[in-house]
Amino acid sequence: MSNLKYTTDHEWAHLEGDVVTVGITDYAQDQLGELVYVELPQSGSEVSAGQEVAVIESVKAAGDVKSPVNGTVIEINQVLNDEPEKVNEDPTGAGWFYRVRVTSPSDLDEMMDESAYQAYIATLD
Amino acid sequence: MVPFAGYEMPVHYAPGILAEHRQVRASAGLFDVSHMGQARVLGSNAGQVLETVLPANLLELDVGLQRYSFFTDANGGILDDLMVARLPDSYHLVVNASNKTDDFLLLESLCKDNIEFRALTDHALLALQGPQASAVLETLAPGINALPFMGVQQVSLKGLTCTITRSGYTGEDGYEISVAAENALALASTLLESPKVTPAGLGARDSLRLEAGLCLHGNDIGPDTSPVEAGLQWAIPQCRRKGGSRSGGFPGADRILSEIEHGPVRKRVGICPQGRAPVRAHTSLLAPNGSSVGEVTSGGFGPSINAPVAMAYVAREFSTPGTALQAVVRNRPLPVQVCPLPFVPHRYYSPKTLRRPLS
Repeated sequence: MSNLKYTTDHEWAHLEGDVVTVGITDYAQDQLGELVYVELPQSGSEVSAGQEVAVIESVKAAGDVKSPVNGTVIEINQVLNDEPEKVNEDPTGAGWFYRVRVTSPSDLDEMMDESAYQAYIATLD
Repeated sequence: MVPFAGYEMPVHYAPGILAEHRQVRASAGLFDVSHMGQARVLGSNAGQVLETVLPANLLELDVGLQRYSFFTDANGGILDDLMVARLPDSYHLVVNASNKTDDFLLLESLCKDNIEFRALTDHALLALQGPQASAVLETLAPGINALPFMGVQQVSLKGLTCTITRSGYTGEDGYEISVAAENALALASTLLESPKVTPAGLGARDSLRLEAGLCLHGNDIGPDTSPVEAGLQWAIPQCRRKGGSRSGGFPGADRILSEIEHGPVRKRVGICPQGRAPVRAHTSLLAPNGSSVGEVTSGGFGPSINAPVAMAYVAREFSTPGTALQAVVRNRPLPVQVCPLPFVPHRYYSPKTLRRPLS
């Protein structure tokens, strides 16, 4: 998916209409190692940009996932409860985390596009 | 690669921690544990002198056998845990990397007169672990599959002199092989030629030992925990206990022997979190009424049981398996249960099970 937007915390967001799908990037899953636990926000909960809304634990470390946008969670990826490894296998596909109905789609404007994100992670290694 | 006790250590190789862990349980994995401290103590009364700093029975330890023990301090805490093997001419010690400097100073201070301390700083240590370990090593050292659990033997592997013990830190059958550092790469390469063996890193070593209920010094045991609190009194033989032929005579004996008699105020236990969320070290444990009863010392995900596992110290009255507690994870109480250790049964080699006639 080339129309993904990215945060400096390695979340990706994909906008379709007023719904944003959120996950973590391939770089993030690679750094974390094999995930063993994903805790997702409640469906129906209000989230704000920068708020820690999900928890991920790998064999190596625990981390938080911040919401990149403001809105209401409308769907979560239940599959991750039992198969957190989906995030490692397909971080921008089957390993998505949750969907948010956003109050303002322009929230995504300030996020990095693919080339900006690739340039950003190149500075991290 | 991560820095660990002054060494650059691989957390995992290409397959990853989960795959390496499962490989060790299913077949065999090779760990480079050369960071561990290895030493020899030589001299006619070396055993007597070593017994003044640890509560083992070394005087009556047969040549060819190894014991698990610990250096204790005056408060009855655990300075380090170690393996001591008896060779024809010496005691062979393996201690933790992070404590080896202090351990070696302690040992050197003991070695006067006719006792010699030799740090084997020029030796590497390779751990071959898993149910296929003996089949693999047998092809290189015929007869090594008959070595009993906690046995030690000095053998030549492809012309390389090695000290091999049948022991490890995974709960599986396996060997730890001490070899001169300059020959370690050749030996590792030879072992890895077998399709049954793949390399395994620190990450899998930690998850394997945690499932096996084995203590990590610095996490689960240390100067603030006594061997009896840690449930390690099985490593203190009768002769060093009250009424024994060489009762006491090691640092902290008063407290430790009294705890064996009367029970400790807290105990190391297994903790099974009820959900999937791992409960990590330093997590507080609460009784149903909300009072603090203990703390997790090691915790993570157990790949072989596909569930989170942890070890903790809890007040004795809460240490019975089945006791329901709460772990405070990210400021929220999660239900956990006290459970027996180990989480995965040990599968050490016992000659009896092999000698049983096939029916």
